[in-house]
Amino acid sequence: MSEKILEIKDERLSFFTPAGEVKALNGVSFSMNQGDVLGIVGESGSGKSVTAYSIMGLTAYPGRLVGGTVWFNGHQIDKMTEKEFRKIRGNEVSIIFQDPMTSLNPVYTIGNQIVEVILLHTKKTKQEAWARARELLELVGINEPDRRLKQYPHELSGGMRQRVMIAIALACEPKLLIADEPTTALDVTIQAQILELMNDLRHKLGMSIIMITHDLGVVAQMCEKIAVMYAGHIVEYGTTDEIFYNPQHEYTKGLINSIPKLNAEEKERLVPIEGQPVDLLNPPAGCPFAPRCKSCMKVCLNKMPPRTELSDTHYTYCWLRQKEEFEKGGKA
Amino acid sequence: MAKYIVKRVAMGIFSVFIVATLTFFIMNLVPGGPFVAEKSISKAAQQALAEKYGLDKPLGVQYLNYMNSLIHGDMGLSLKQRGRTVNQIIFSKLPVSARTAGLAVVVALCVGIPLGCLSAYNRGKWADNLIIVFATCGIAIPSFISSVVLLYTFGMNLKLLPTVGLNEPAAYIMPVTALAIYPTAYITRLMRSSLLDVMGQDYMRTARAKGVSSVKILFKHALRNAILPVITYVGPMLAGLMTGSFVVEKIFSIPGLGRDFVSAITNRDYMMIMGTTILLATLVIVANVVVDILYKIIDPRIKLK
Amino acid sequence: MENLKKNPLSLQLNVEDFAPASNDEKKSLVVMRESVNFWKDGMRRLRKNKIAMVSLVVILLIAFMAYVLPSLWPYSYEQQIKGSNNLAPFEYSAAEQKLIDQGESVFPHILGTDRMGRDFAVRVMMGTRVSLSVGLLASVLVLLIGATYGAISAFAGGWIDNIMMRITDILYTIPDILLIILLAMAIKEPLESLATKPGFGWMQKLGPNMVSIFIIFALLYWVGMARIVRSQVLTLKESEYVTAARALGASGGRIIKKHLLTNCMGTLIVTTTLQIPSSIFTESYLSFLGLGVAAPMPSLGSLATDAVKGMNTYPVLLIAPALMISIMILVFNLFGDGLRDAFDPKLKS
Repeated sequence: MSEKILEIKDERLSFFTPAGEVKALNGVSFSMNQGDVLGIVGESGSGKSVTAYSIMGLTAYPGRLVGGTVWFNGHQIDKMTEKEFRKIRGNEVSIIFQDPMTSLNPVYTIGNQIVEVILLHTKKTKQEAWARARELLELVGINEPDRRLKQYPHELSGGMRQRVMIAIALACEPKLLIADEPTTALDVTIQAQILELMNDLRHKLGMSIIMITHDLGVVAQMCEKIAVMYAGHIVEYGTTDEIFYNPQHEYTKGLINSIPKLNAEEKERLVPIEGQPVDLLNPPAGCPFAPRCKSCMKVCLNKMPPRTELSDTHYTYCWLRQKEEFEKGGKA
Repeated sequence: MAKYIVKRVAMGIFSVFIVATLTFFIMNLVPGGPFVAEKSISKAAQQALAEKYGLDKPLGVQYLNYMNSLIHGDMGLSLKQRGRTVNQIIFSKLPVSARTAGLAVVVALCVGIPLGCLSAYNRGKWADNLIIVFATCGIAIPSFISSVVLLYTFGMNLKLLPTVGLNEPAAYIMPVTALAIYPTAYITRLMRSSLLDVMGQDYMRTARAKGVSSVKILFKHALRNAILPVITYVGPMLAGLMTGSFVVEKIFSIPGLGRDFVSAITNRDYMMIMGTTILLATLVIVANVVVDILYKIIDPRIKLK
Repeated sequence: MENLKKNPLSLQLNVEDFAPASNDEKKSLVVMRESVNFWKDGMRRLRKNKIAMVSLVVILLIAFMAYVLPSLWPYSYEQQIKGSNNLAPFEYSAAEQKLIDQGESVFPHILGTDRMGRDFAVRVMMGTRVSLSVGLLASVLVLLIGATYGAISAFAGGWIDNIMMRITDILYTIPDILLIILLAMAIKEPLESLATKPGFGWMQKLGPNMVSIFIIFALLYWVGMARIVRSQVLTLKESEYVTAARALGASGGRIIKKHLLTNCMGTLIVTTTLQIPSSIFTESYLSFLGLGVAAPMPSLGSLATDAVKGMNTYPVLLIAPALMISIMILVFNLFGDGLRDAFDPKLKS
């Protein structure tokens, strides 16, 4: 078994807004090994990005870690200072953001922005750094790298800019790459290219990837393991096969039912998940999905379900699974 | 780039032409002539004077004559300060005004930008609140009021600073302060909101994610983007300083151009009015062109049209 | 039973707990926030903004002082009280002192009197009335002209738009104060002679100078407003929700009323409010140069100018109008900022 690179235990994080404490993460736990590709799926506001940003210490004001431990590559993240974070950011862990149109500084050339991160974290000279930047552009499949290095972000297309973002992220060969919806803002054809590129680079460089998305197609294509998040909880975790072919949480089932199927019967309709996400200012005492759950039971409304292990790699938090165990137990 | 500059300059010249034309005709709308007020002069002498300065000709001809000499760089003879050309008067007075206004620009930028940054970086804390209070009050005080208050306290009551003229370096303190208060306060507010806006941009998050230190983030990534609105303000700021200088020069008895302009209007010194208007308009228009070009250099996204 | 031991929690559970929950029970968990419309939401934000609310109260107080109080005041702004020249605040002239000694009550001169023996407090109030009226009316004029011009330009599009915008470009680069001063000079006397003609009595009442200031502001200050309105209408015209509304079959009138107006309104209100202090500013400045509202009607700027000469001996005469101008500009700016935060969603941080 390979080395454990990331371990998050019971992470709790809140945003302290004037309206009150918004509980964005309510006890998130998972771990990753070197080379793993983990997909985190969930709808907007479910805490996917917050989880990932906290690993890099990028939690936006007024957010604060209020509990739990996070270990990454031998660093205890929850105890790190801003100065220590700066050493690992862009170096051991880097990130690609959702919108490549706004993620590059408009007033500096592409080359300048790639070289910046190389000079920060390596002992390369300026010349070596520019050579490395050129090499990186080739690596991410940008033609005419010498010309591109001198161009400004607004002169490149969205897909091209996202490749530049990837080049920046990979500049120092990070152990972990966080991809925060890297393809959401791109055209479908470009999406496929970018995903292919990431898959390629992952095999070449052997880094771990956390893929944050609400697009189940992307996860199926890229990831080995999937964490499904809802209202700051991981409600189900498992391998891609387990999640897609044997979903156990009602929310996961809903997500999968809402994907169009190629082999579907003509009249089969997509099933949307009814209702609104919970208000994280006053999260319910029970299962956060209960108000929208078709199979909601009385217990769901006031007690948080415990963890049900379905296999070594698959677990979920749902009272229905507990009910099954209870009934099994009752019979036995 | 060259094409753009040529285009901007051409448009600038056109604007100056419009200003000159408007001024010429508005000015001639003002009832009473330049020599009417001088009762000592007889009707015949008035007639002779008008002939000498070409004021007896039809307005259209006067206009064409004036424009013709203007193209040759001649702004005519002053009607009131006899024997002196407008060019002479302007070149003797302009340096005085330029020095005060220039100092005020420097003060406004050197104080306003750092204050704005300080405020944005301490958003919501007491330093921010304090700066905001000062900046908001600064915007509410017209320069003639601040001049008078300064003059009254430091000049007359405490007798710390000279009240008249610009004969020693200390004499600059009060007029420059009075002129600089408004633009400083304005730049502080502008810088604060612009920096706050930039700090919320995605590329700032990218810079942090790269591991760039906060000092370098401020100076390299934030400032260059946040300074853009301040640069656009330089044109209007010059115009505002000009406005301020009219009264400040009057209050502190500074022999500058602003005072001449105001007295030229009351005296109907047509040539002087035309000369100063064209000069000041040209200054502001040139400043606007320079700002546009500077903007283009700092922000590569701006396309040259 | 082994399963139960694995899950100690389930020991506390009953079979009834696994009964399906009713819809009502589910709904009770969902706290829906009241859905509010743009105006209600904006008003709520505005009410929460303490600085803006204090400013509003101050504005109302100033308005009361300017429009109501002078008619209740025992002195009028033109009335020259004999022997009461250059009184300090709360000082009485010999004649007034005599009356007081005789047991009559004399209303105190809160801010003293000027050199012509006029009660200064009421003069400051009248000055405030003039300055405030100039600010309000000029802003409304600027709003009307600018909004019309900008909207026409944006809706017409094409070469009309092009020409109209070139005109504003040129006007924008011209330093307006020069033209303001020239115009103020130029139209002062024609208006004064016009005011004496029959049918223009209202002008006499208002003061030809005041009319000229309205004209000047209206002629020059609409440019900024026109640009803002045009860009607003243009972005809205192109915006997806308007396209969506059109695709859904909404009529032109409905689109303008529901979408364009609602979205422009915030910006219009904010820009107009912020125009008020800048009009007050310019008027006081013009008055200071002797080109503003003239005697006998005092404006704050002219009151300040009159006091400059004697400021060493009678500082109150200068400080009172100067303070008033500054407070007015300050509160309108603060209130405008509050409005912007509340009603201009695009500028909201």
